[in-house]
Amino acid sequence: MNYLEFEKPLAEIEGKAEELRAMGRSNEAMDVGPEALALDRKAATLLTDIYAKLTPWQKCQVARHPDRPHCKDYIEQLFTDYTPLAGDRNFADDHAVMGGMARFHDRPVMVIGHEKGHDTNSRIERNFGMARPEGYRKAIRLMDLADRFNLPVVTLVDTPGAFPGKGAEERGQSEAIARSTQKCLTIGVPLVSVIIGEGGSGGAVAFATANRLAMLEHSIYSVISPEGCASILWKDAEKMREAAEALRLTAQDLRELGVADQVIAEPVGGAHRHRDTVIPAVGEAIAQMLVELAGLDRAALISDRRRKYLAIGSKGLAA
Amino acid sequence: MNWISNYVRPKINSLFSRREVPENLWTKCPECGTMLFHRELKDNLNVCTSCDHHMALSPRERFADLFDGGIFTEVAVPEPLADPLHFRDQKRYPDRLKAAQKSTGEYGAMLVAEGEMARTPIVAAAQDFAFMGGSMGMFVGNAIVAAAERAVALRRPLILFSAAGGARMQEGILSLMQMPRTTVAVEMLREARLPYIVVLTHPTTGGVTASYAMLGDIQIAEPNALICFAGPRVIEQTIREKLPEGFQRAEYLLDHGMLDRVTHRKQLRDELIAITRLLLGLPPAVKGELPPPDQPILTAIQSQPAAGPAQ
Ligand SMILES: [Zn+2]
Repeated sequence: MNYLEFEKPLAEIEGKAEELRAMGRSNEAMDVGPEALALDRKAATLLTDIYAKLTPWQKCQVARHPDRPHCKDYIEQLFTDYTPLAGDRNFADDHAVMGGMARFHDRPVMVIGHEKGHDTNSRIERNFGMARPEGYRKAIRLMDLADRFNLPVVTLVDTPGAFPGKGAEERGQSEAIARSTQKCLTIGVPLVSVIIGEGGSGGAVAFATANRLAMLEHSIYSVISPEGCASILWKDAEKMREAAEALRLTAQDLRELGVADQVIAEPVGGAHRHRDTVIPAVGEAIAQMLVELAGLDRAALISDRRRKYLAIGSKGLAA
Repeated sequence: MNWISNYVRPKINSLFSRREVPENLWTKCPECGTMLFHRELKDNLNVCTSCDHHMALSPRERFADLFDGGIFTEVAVPEPLADPLHFRDQKRYPDRLKAAQKSTGEYGAMLVAEGEMARTPIVAAAQDFAFMGGSMGMFVGNAIVAAAERAVALRRPLILFSAAGGARMQEGILSLMQMPRTTVAVEMLREARLPYIVVLTHPTTGGVTASYAMLGDIQIAEPNALICFAGPRVIEQTIREKLPEGFQRAEYLLDHGMLDRVTHRKQLRDELIAITRLLLGLPPAVKGELPPPDQPILTAIQSQPAAGPAQ
């Protein structure tokens, strides 16, 4: 278990319980059971307390937790017949973006998402989930294919943002993001999206411009990272706590603003402690969103998206 | 204030009545450092007479040059919620907004207008870099949607001049949502088969380039304009190397296939006239002195058919 900085007191208690049990195993005469159980209870209470009042900055850390289930995990568990498709037919295949045809509850769909990787090698290979222009162009190609063959599109969003690299700029990442957003708005098939971790700025918009958007309880969606915002507006990157607070980037705030249509609950302790329940919960949300859109024809799906985005901004947050 | 304006001002002041004298008679070119006299600079459309650097032009200055006789009608932009997130950094957002409104005399960072350009009816929108760095928030989004709706209603092309440091962070996610919102506006124009021409001016960066500013049917940039998604400093920090000279400048983007043209401000109007008339199937514009219009310009605008072929 990778403990987050604010989970340190929990790590201590769980560590002590573990130590006690190890002692019990090496010395059969010693009964550590009751004490270890008491520590477990203490840990459980502490975990509940911590997760009941996560601050926006703590939520950012949970959203970025390295053990949090990633796109690949969702695709493997929720979809069958996954057939990955590669390349933008122009320059390269971007491994920060994965996608292809698959079956969801037996029905053919197109699934596309950002993949961050789970260890050093895969993180490097996936560029930490930061797509380059090729990634958006691959997504455009896949959405286009889905549109022509009438496959609903499911996107899974989890990216720190676009990649600030020389080549990415040279190959026109702004144009690639703009075209991907445009494609999201113009396809005549249902497009549903789930923010499973980080929804970082334009890189997220390029996939999350959907008929229906769900967010996991501790996921975030923001115009800029709290660190970036702090360094610009506070002139001090260490003010990320204040920035995270001010940006109102939590799933709960976004639901209130009408940006997210629903929030998928995470069990106490977050998705990284409960993969087995969180992944199916996301599957249920996807199924529900697809059912909601099932009766709409091409024109209705397109105008549904347009109306939704034109209306955003008509309500603010309570003071 | 710099030494030269302090030093020179009293002498020049005596030549003009106090009223006519703008606060800064001299502007220092940020590129080459030359001190430029305000009239000379104005006559040259805010382009440095010494190094050709294209300085910012306010939307009103831009429109005064763009529209026939400098005459245009403003298109109303729906007012957005003032401070939907109750955002506060070192200052309160409403205070920052008020300061920007006071210093620019504008309500928001974009001005939308309709009028004629060499008798070619158009709708135009211009972003105001002086207003909080031109940042894209709900007002800019509303302005672009209003501009597209007006263009569609009047069956006219839309010409958009971009200038922005990026998204308005103080509006959080609602500024980010202007990327899809403005893309919807672009779609309205596409669907109506109306030309959408983007002129990227210095600087156009961040989310603005990843939405409406990069989706034009024709993409023109002013010389040496910085155009990018991720800024050069961020990239240098990431890759830990110095970027080549001219990286992310208009000419560089032209070389990399991201633009149709890089056009000097002095030729820009003629080029916009030629392009819009070509796309609309109109005869070439009359060069030189224009014959007087059949009817006053304002009446001409009002009598445009709401639907039917663009003329
Ligand atoms: Zn100069």
